[in-house]
Amino acid sequence: MTEAVLPDRLAEIRDEFLELPEADRLQLLLEYSYELPPIPDELEGHPELYERVLECQSPVFIVVEVDDAGTVAMHATAPAEAPTTRGFASILAQGLTGLSAADVLAVPGDFPQTLGLTRVVSPLRISGMTGMLLRAQRQVRAKSAG
Amino acid sequence: MTVETDTSSEKFNGYSEPGRLVTGDWLQEHLGRPGLVVVESDEDVLLYETGHIPGAVKVDWHTELNDPVVRDYVDGQGFADLLGRKGISRDDTVVIYGDKNNWWAAYALWVFSLFGHEDVRLLDGGRDKWIAEGRPITTDASNPTPTDYPVVQRDDSALRAYKDDVLAHLGEGPLIDVRSPEEYDGSRTSAPAYPEEGALRGGHIPSARSVPWARAVAEDGGFRTREELDAIYRDEVGLADGDAIVAYCRIGERSSHTWFVLKHLLGFEDVRNYDGSWTEWGSAVRVPIATGADPGQAPAR
Repeated sequence: MTEAVLPDRLAEIRDEFLELPEADRLQLLLEYSYELPPIPDELEGHPELYERVLECQSPVFIVVEVDDAGTVAMHATAPAEAPTTRGFASILAQGLTGLSAADVLAVPGDFPQTLGLTRVVSPLRISGMTGMLLRAQRQVRAKSAG
Repeated sequence: MTVETDTSSEKFNGYSEPGRLVTGDWLQEHLGRPGLVVVESDEDVLLYETGHIPGAVKVDWHTELNDPVVRDYVDGQGFADLLGRKGISRDDTVVIYGDKNNWWAAYALWVFSLFGHEDVRLLDGGRDKWIAEGRPITTDASNPTPTDYPVVQRDDSALRAYKDDVLAHLGEGPLIDVRSPEEYDGSRTSAPAYPEEGALRGGHIPSARSVPWARAVAEDGGFRTREELDAIYRDEVGLADGDAIVAYCRIGERSSHTWFVLKHLLGFEDVRNYDGSWTEWGSAVRVPIATGADPGQAPAR
């Protein structure tokens, strides 16, 4: 059994949260929500390419691309009235984009629970982020097969 | 110290307790008034941080109103600590507003009522209407002066129903299921587009009538008029004065909205919210369940 290694960018994000007192972590999540990268032009207006994350209460859609070199890019869209969901999507989009398919698949499924947000955000809400991560990994698996 | 009620609205005057609602005009005019605390309660735990009514404090249902371990609300001490932190005194007027047509605001109001907080009102139309009307929003932190809120034991007997209460209620009084038609007929166990929260069976409590919560909401996001609400709940569903009524949904938040309508706007005296709702009933062993669009019969005793 090999130990799952958290990619650097995700580890940095996690440490950034854990270094803050619990109450300030919400503010950092809010900053991430503002930083959710816009979706690329070629995906704009193509909702059929997006997968809805049903685990989230707010409408959030993700699409994961794997290029010929096996590099992953994750894009997400979520409404401004759903900042928590946007924050989760932003963390994953920033943390997974640029990684190899293998590295994305190796991200532990409990990564969302390691951010120190469970108490300030609640376990039920965190499970929305877990759903998003698992769906992203499933897309990577499907798109890097064959 | 309480603040006078909002008597400016023709619509409110039709309700049995007009003072349970305030308009945006009234609230904007009264912001900062001693004895008035504005509370925002949302589904999204960060929405308040993106901008809130000036001076409003946030109360989060997940992390503040719920007990962190047991599936229950905080106890008297927990509630006293919470309200003390938020700068609320026992005799303050509390106006609550939130996202999603005040789902969570109504839920918070119901929990405040379990602790007997007397003067708690909703902002008609909630957060969306306030913003749509171009009223002030700020990201400036509210720094309430802590208060010494008394420890009051929660009274679950009048406003809250447990599963055993609902079992005893079957065949004795009306039940209102406020979920979506798909949840009611059993074709799904969570609201459309909502996460699965673990009910093992689909359907509804036998004899419950389906009245989705949103039927009580007008186009502007506020509550429908007294006449419109009477047409739904009295004429169509057949609720009558003197009925003991239980409302439920999936986890008790949407049914708080309906509870508010029945209790405070239509004046039914005995209305309880079954907060265990479908996530409890739909997973409980050997409780009766009906499927399909018909209410079904309460089981014979």
